Amino acid sequence: MNHPDLQIKQTQLNLDAIRSQFPILHRQVHDRPLVYLDNAATCQKPHVVIEAEKHYYEYLNANIHRGVHRLSQEATDAYEASRESVRAFLNAPQTEDLIFTRGTTEAINLVAQSWGRANLKPGDEILVTHMEHHSNIVPWQLVCEQTGAVLIPIPIDDHGVLDLDAYASLLSPKTKMVGIVHVSNALGTVNPVAQMIQQAHAVGALVLVDGAQAVSHLPVDVQALDCDFYTFSAHKLYGPTGVGVLYGRHALLEQMPPWQGGGDMISIVRFSGSKWNHLPYKFEAGTPNIAGGVALKAAIDYVNEIGLETIAAHEADLLDYATEQAHAFPGLRIIGEAPGKVSILSFVMEGIHPHDIGTILDMEGVAIRTGHHCAMPVMERYKIPATARASFALYNTHAEVDALFHALMRVQKMFRG
Amino acid sequence: MSDLRELYQEVIFDHNRNPRNSGRPAKVDRSSEGFNPLCGDRLTLYIGFGEDGRISHTGFEGQGCAISTASASLMTEALKGKTEAEAEALFQQFHALVMGTSEIDPALLGKLQVLAGVQEFPARVKCATLAWHTLHAALHGEQQVSTE
Repeated sequence: MNHPDLQIKQTQLNLDAIRSQFPILHRQVHDRPLVYLDNAATCQKPHVVIEAEKHYYEYLNANIHRGVHRLSQEATDAYEASRESVRAFLNAPQTEDLIFTRGTTEAINLVAQSWGRANLKPGDEILVTHMEHHSNIVPWQLVCEQTGAVLIPIPIDDHGVLDLDAYASLLSPKTKMVGIVHVSNALGTVNPVAQMIQQAHAVGALVLVDGAQAVSHLPVDVQALDCDFYTFSAHKLYGPTGVGVLYGRHALLEQMPPWQGGGDMISIVRFSGSKWNHLPYKFEAGTPNIAGGVALKAAIDYVNEIGLETIAAHEADLLDYATEQAHAFPGLRIIGEAPGKVSILSFVMEGIHPHDIGTILDMEGVAIRTGHHCAMPVMERYKIPATARASFALYNTHAEVDALFHALMRVQKMFRG
Repeated sequence: MSDLRELYQEVIFDHNRNPRNSGRPAKVDRSSEGFNPLCGDRLTLYIGFGEDGRISHTGFEGQGCAISTASASLMTEALKGKTEAEAEALFQQFHALVMGTSEIDPALLGKLQVLAGVQEFPARVKCATLAWHTLHAALHGEQQVSTE
């Protein structure tokens, strides 16, 4: 078995070796080998990540940032080492600009409530794309209700591509914030965030990029993007659930008021008034998911060891292979055919509801997502109630794509009689 | 695989392909809108009563999976001729059937028993019950109901 180190040079994955590192891929579902194609919902975890979390509880467990005892110091070191690996992963300028959260959703809510409530006024405009996940829509709707700001969608075309002309004309001095999903979870579209950030900055607006679906597929450099906020979740990067990251531009984070109050986020507490802790702790009230935070480093190390370029090349190959079969499949229509896509294949089948597809596939051991993918505006845009979505990760194989289409044949046979 | 055939019986495919009582009927006394946030399915149910106080007209509109469409179709058939109390009792019976929670009366349920297979698919119970929760809401004068 090759060590993953060697595969960087090969720029081709040794899939047997990779798959052996993910314990769950060896289980059976309904007496069939699991074909896990729901990676856009959450990725499976390699042994090193599971082991890191286990090791934390078996060897390091203590509360962080507060104990003088040895365990607390070691736990703090491990947690802060993870923050540093996130910094390097996103090429952020300094570790204190990275806030640990419960996930992308909490990170966006943090910005909406802290930055938004302090800065938005009636009539101010927030732009978000029509392909946002609900988590980059609803937090802004909440802050709009609180401040009188207005939320405006940036339209998309029939292929799932953003209408950049419309975007340019929507931008104005009234625009204060632009929320952009880096990669659409429902369509797979990769949005031209760097260009859009430049345009937003030209009118004085800030930009928050939702990177939940991006970080496992493409390298991200927040300084090159010049974004003001970037968010992602560990569990979509082969890491644990319950941990996310908010990167923020230092000067903005400094000015923003705390969001949640509690322990760890203060420097002095008096009944006459309290003082806030410095960054990043000002935004980290309460005991966090320490084990998950520590395991996130293991996930980043794992991905780095293989290399995002190598992973992306493999996934692009899988997507091409799957897209070809999808085009040839009678009655199947792909939803989301942007020229730049990650390995997400969303589709509908004529006369067959995605939920029925999902159940029948499940009985064949094939796990896909069916539904609106927390992107109801996308479904509305294409006038469909739901889609079936297969999403591929670094451990998926051509044989698994074949299994997907074999199972889809069975669906069609059942329904067409 | 036997479970899958239990779920997707031929009667269900038939009612999915050709739903009975599709659309708004000539007489509407009660209507309600049901929504399943899990899959985005929507269903509007219409009920009209005859002079004898029994359900004389039923109809439904909306989009859903095979299970939810077949369930709505079978339900609108079964409701005709029932009093409000009998319709409510049928709702309870159907709930027991798909949840497998209590004894059912096969004579009361009749053809609806083809949906018993849903028991083995907990993720699909809400598909089968969407029309029935909408019925329950309509009988109780509620305009909207969500299965969440």
